[in-house]
Amino acid sequence: MIRIERLKKNYGAITALDGIDLHVPAGELFAYLGPNGAGKTTTIRILTGLTRRSAGDAWLNGFHIEKEELKAKKRFGLVMQSINLDQELTVSENLDIHGRLFGMSTSERRRKIDQMLAYVDLIDRKKSLVKQLSGGMKRRLTIARAMVHSPEILFLDEPTVGLDAAIRRRIWALIKEIQKKGTTIFLTTHYIEEAEFLADRVAFLDKGKIVVIDKPRSLMARTGTWAIDQMDKGNMKTVYFRTRQEADAFVTGQKESYTLRRVNLEDSFLSLTGKKVKC
Amino acid sequence: MLNRFIAVYLREILILRRRIKRQILSMSVSPLLYMIAFGYAMGKGARFDGHTYREFLIPGLVAMSSMTQAFAIAVDINVARFYWHIFEEFQAAPVSNTAYVAGEVLAGITRAMLSVVIILIIGLFFNVSLDYGTVAFWLAIALDSFVFASLAVALAMLVKSHADQAMFTSFVITPMAFLGGTFFPVDRLPVWAQKILFFLPLTHTSKAIRSASFGNPVNYSSYLLLAIIGVVFFFGAIHCVNRARD
Ligand SMILES: Nc1ncnc2c1ncn2[C@@H]1O[C@H](COP(=O)(O)OP(=O)(O)OP(=O)(O)O)[C@@H](O)[C@H]1O
Ligand SMILES: [Mg+2]
Repeated sequence: MIRIERLKKNYGAITALDGIDLHVPAGELFAYLGPNGAGKTTTIRILTGLTRRSAGDAWLNGFHIEKEELKAKKRFGLVMQSINLDQELTVSENLDIHGRLFGMSTSERRRKIDQMLAYVDLIDRKKSLVKQLSGGMKRRLTIARAMVHSPEILFLDEPTVGLDAAIRRRIWALIKEIQKKGTTIFLTTHYIEEAEFLADRVAFLDKGKIVVIDKPRSLMARTGTWAIDQMDKGNMKTVYFRTRQEADAFVTGQKESYTLRRVNLEDSFLSLTGKKVKC
Repeated sequence: MLNRFIAVYLREILILRRRIKRQILSMSVSPLLYMIAFGYAMGKGARFDGHTYREFLIPGLVAMSSMTQAFAIAVDINVARFYWHIFEEFQAAPVSNTAYVAGEVLAGITRAMLSVVIILIIGLFFNVSLDYGTVAFWLAIALDSFVFASLAVALAMLVKSHADQAMFTSFVITPMAFLGGTFFPVDRLPVWAQKILFFLPLTHTSKAIRSASFGNPVNYSSYLLLAIIGVVFFFGAIHCVNRARD
């Protein structure tokens, strides 16, 4: 469970977070979307103790992030946007150090490390140096590491950035499976289909403010069901419709070429903020 | 608490082990050069405190290198922090500042000890064999490396980039390495210079290490002074860990 109240962060004159209020119940897979610089990473960094907040409060499973810092830190696992592994150490050494940092016993560490490596399909690379792994393997290793101490909450900051479509889907499946075990997941992403596929609820963040929070389906329903993309004087224009009949009626007699498709989250984001998530 | 301290220390030791050949090689180069170059330059006849120059130099190199190698932990912390972002692993883990600092400082002391052993072995090649078996000798080294490893961790938490760290090394550590009684006796300098050098921790260590290895009585107030400076830096470092958050 994550609870955030009136959270603010300023970097000098820059307002990175401008009063965030949020409640993520236990076991939910929550996606946090927004364009570059919206404040997604800043939110995660504050919740995980990497950055100081300017104002407001937050609790992780009931523990205040600063007043009960060490207790709060035992609750979560963290996968950062950039891969932060010890490249000169082996796969299992990386996980072992992590387990020790969380106070796990030797037998517990041994069991969980094997379990997590099997889980992310890296068990046969256990003794490899991290620098010899591919980008996708390193990414999976960061997820395994974050899960070694069986956290109740998992923060994933753009876990699939820079990976090919096949590996991305594999990581999606992994995330879904982690959620099934009851873990609360807080995910940021640029890939709108990622949020659409994975999330129970999404929040759209823009310039440090949450614009809207809802279930992906309800958000899309607010926009419509069908969309027609059309070129209009050199600009792409999209029109939304509740039903297929309305859409069909619109295109009857149109001379310009068009594409008829289902509404997606990107459309909702666009119509709510006038901005694209991808920049 | 203990488990976490071990985690921090163990990580540094595993990395050190992986680089051990390169590390030993790089720790040997400059002492070897000093022994050869200055040893020949000073000749056999010159006496320093009643010893040959090479006998005088070895304790100085021990003091210098236990300082620079302990201080070098700052470079590793910086690389982990600014380049690999591994420091975030510690920041996001339920690890107290004390456990983190203690782990890194002990890693600095370990490196320093390794470099000292290398220097003593190099000394043997030049037929320099002094009295290394005393508590006074090893305690001085331990205190020297404790002071500078603690200072290194504190600074590594305060600097905003690796370049800042390099600045500190060239303006504070390197001058001290040359002036703090490493290569020549401080009492051959003018009195005003001696007064300034009295305030440098390295002056006290090189004096203590030299007295111990020559079998002369040691001045325990130097040890006390080093211990106090070390404790101040150590608690300073614990305090500085929070400052590393942006
Ligand atoms: N250490 C810092 N110093 C100064 N400004 C910062 C710092 N970190 C972030 N910011 C600013 O805070 C704002 C939010 O940044 P943040 O990294 O949280 O965005 P984001 O939503 O994660 O973006 P992206 O999608 O690019 O990862 C940006 O304007 C950024 O420039
Ligand atoms: Mg980000």
